[in-house]
Amino acid sequence: MLTDFGIILLFLIISVLFVGAGLVTAALLRPSRPNPVKNSTYECGEHPWGGSWVRFNPRFYVIALVFLVFDVELVLLFPWAVVFKDLGWFAFLAMLVFFAVLVVGLAYDWAKGYLEWDKPSPQTPKLEDLVLPKKIFHKQQKDS
Amino acid sequence: MGLESIVFYLFAVIVVASALVVVLSKKIMYAAFSLLFTLFGIAGMYAMLMADFIAVAQIMIYVGGILVLIVFGVMLTTKITGVDVKTGPTGKLNYIAGGLLAVMVAGSLAWLYTSNSWISAPVNETNTSINAVGNLLLTEYLLAFEVGSVLLLIALIGAALIARRK
Repeated sequence: MLTDFGIILLFLIISVLFVGAGLVTAALLRPSRPNPVKNSTYECGEHPWGGSWVRFNPRFYVIALVFLVFDVELVLLFPWAVVFKDLGWFAFLAMLVFFAVLVVGLAYDWAKGYLEWDKPSPQTPKLEDLVLPKKIFHKQQKDS
Repeated sequence: MGLESIVFYLFAVIVVASALVVVLSKKIMYAAFSLLFTLFGIAGMYAMLMADFIAVAQIMIYVGGILVLIVFGVMLTTKITGVDVKTGPTGKLNYIAGGLLAVMVAGSLAWLYTSNSWISAPVNETNTSINAVGNLLLTEYLLAFEVGSVLLLIALIGAALIARRK
C-alpha cells in the first residue's frame, strides 16, 4: 500500500511530530521566569556588542560553487550505477570520459589557485617600531 | 478524499505558503530560508508523480546545493553591516508589470490545463524510473550526457574565474 516515498513521508511526519511534541510539552511544563541576564546572548558574563551579521569571506563561495558542480555530477552517477551491470565496460568508459572532462576543470581551478584557502595576512608590528630609539629615550629621560 | 489527495494538498499548502513568504518577506534571509520549504515541497510533488529520480535530484541539487549558494550569496553581500537586509520599495510600474506577468502565466497555465486531455499512467508500485533514465542516458542520449559534462566544466571554470577575480 505504501510506496517507498510514502515511508519516507511517514518518517518526516513522525520526526516533525516528535520534535514538536517535545517542545510543546517542555513549554507547558517549565516555569517561565525570564530576566535580562538570562535573556542575554551569552549567559557567562560576556557582553555582546555590534551586529550579528558578519561578512563572510568569498573563499567559501568558490568552494560552494565547486561543490555544486560535483553535486550535479553525483546525481548523474545514480542512474549510471543502476544500469552499470547491464551495460558493462561501455558504461564505464562513458562515465570515465564524463569524469575526465570534469577533472580538467578541477585541475584548472586547482592550478590557478582558486581553491587556495586565502589566509589573512595580519601585519605584525616589528620590534624596532615598538621600542623607542635609544637617543629619543635618553632625551625623554633627561627632559623629565 | 483519498490518502493521496491529502498528501497532495499537504505539499501544495507547504509550497504555496512558503513561496508567498519568499515573495512577501521584507528580510532577504527569511526569504532564502523559506525557499527551502518551497523546493522541498516541489520534491514531494515529484515523488507523488512517481518521478523518483527528479525528486532526488531536486533535493540534492536545489535544496542541498543551490540554496546553500543563495544563503552564501546573501551572507557575502558587502553592505550588510548594521543594516537589516531588506527589499527596497517598489514603484507602481513594477506592481503593474508584475501583476500583468502573473496574470499571463496563470492564464497560460489554465489554458494548458483545460486544453489537454490528461491521461494518467498506470501506477506500478515497485516501478522506479531510475533504470529507464540510466539506460537512455547511456545509450540513446549518450552525446547529450557527455556534452553535459562540458557544460559542467564551463560552470566549474567560469564560476571560479568570476568569483575570484580581484
